[in-house]
Amino acid sequence: MALLWEVWQWLNGELLQMKWLFNLVKLLVESVWGLPISEGVGGSIHFFIYDSLKIFLLLGVLIYGISYLQSYFPPERTKKILGKFQGVTGNLMGALLGTVTPFCSCSSIPLFIGFTEAGLPLGVTFSFLISSPLVDLAAFLVLLSVFGFKIAFAYVVVGIILAVGGGWLINRLRLEKYVEEYVWQMKIPASNLPELSRRARLAYAWGQVREIVGRVWLYILVGVGIGAVIHNWIPRELIERVIGVNNPWAVILATLVGIPMYADIFGTIPVAEALFAKGVGVGTVLALMMAVTALSLPALILLRKVIKPQLLGVFMGVVAGGIIFIGYLFNALAVVFK
Amino acid sequence: MNIKILGSGCANCTKLYTLTEAVIAELGITSELEKITDIPGIMAYGVMSTPALVINEKVKACGRLPGKAEIKQYILEET
Repeated sequence: MALLWEVWQWLNGELLQMKWLFNLVKLLVESVWGLPISEGVGGSIHFFIYDSLKIFLLLGVLIYGISYLQSYFPPERTKKILGKFQGVTGNLMGALLGTVTPFCSCSSIPLFIGFTEAGLPLGVTFSFLISSPLVDLAAFLVLLSVFGFKIAFAYVVVGIILAVGGGWLINRLRLEKYVEEYVWQMKIPASNLPELSRRARLAYAWGQVREIVGRVWLYILVGVGIGAVIHNWIPRELIERVIGVNNPWAVILATLVGIPMYADIFGTIPVAEALFAKGVGVGTVLALMMAVTALSLPALILLRKVIKPQLLGVFMGVVAGGIIFIGYLFNALAVVFK
Repeated sequence: MNIKILGSGCANCTKLYTLTEAVIAELGITSELEKITDIPGIMAYGVMSTPALVINEKVKACGRLPGKAEIKQYILEET
């Protein structure tokens, strides 16, 4: 057992946290450029180079593997699987499949129409729509690398709970009348999609790596840049006063700031990492990450085309309320994450 | 032959259109090439993820960008 633990520690340190990269960049910054990383300038440069390289490396490898897996769960198949479940199990399956079905906000309209037309309860569709941007296999592994197992695991569990709970509540509220009429009138034939060859799956995975890295690289660099500034220049006392554990408004503030921001989860992680290191509560950090990823303006604008403002409002309220609740819960349980 | 590209104007949909256009030219075949951008039109094929390639009313690929060789193969299948 002790040996296994050591092997895990080594794998975690070298592969996920990339200590070798940390040391390599340290060597570059300290020995080549002569800037000690314990000081502001050297520390910022080190954080920026190490963190962006680490996230890009992890992202490339992870998206390749995960996209291959995702090619087995196109939304057309997910729709069929979800039709077999009733009640809360349906919400749970919706939330779980939301994590493995490839999805971008640009396909949320056909997806919403397809699910609704297939007779899936509104709440199941919302469980899917909440978990899909929020809980992501790649995000889980990056969190694992940056924050360690406990927080990564906690993030996934609360993300799923939020998706299941939110969907369940939307079901109970009987909001079907707030879906645009034309959605109900659509008639969609059963899809008969060809099975993919292994080669097509690998090509798909590679295409996803190029597309996702192409889409998020700027968010990552901006996120790491902000993280580097927080990490080395903003005094700990200031951050603690504004969103520290002793400010009872911290979680609400983090959520409200996060919602209008449109960034990818990967751009949010370095900011969260730097805030966490400066003593911000784990619940506050999770609330910020969830608010940035779960609700974004472009996705809401697209959703408005299939649902009426009342339902859109309920959706936003449920998600924001859930995030705030989770934030306070985790801050209260913070001892577990020390 | 009739070829349709389904997609509401995302970057990959445009790419698929250009690739298919090039393959048609390479093969020197005559074919109609249409863009379907409205949601009901796309969903009429049971497709929920775009871009999708439809040849003679059969969905050949959806939710991904097939390569040139693959598109060529699909076209040859239908000739």
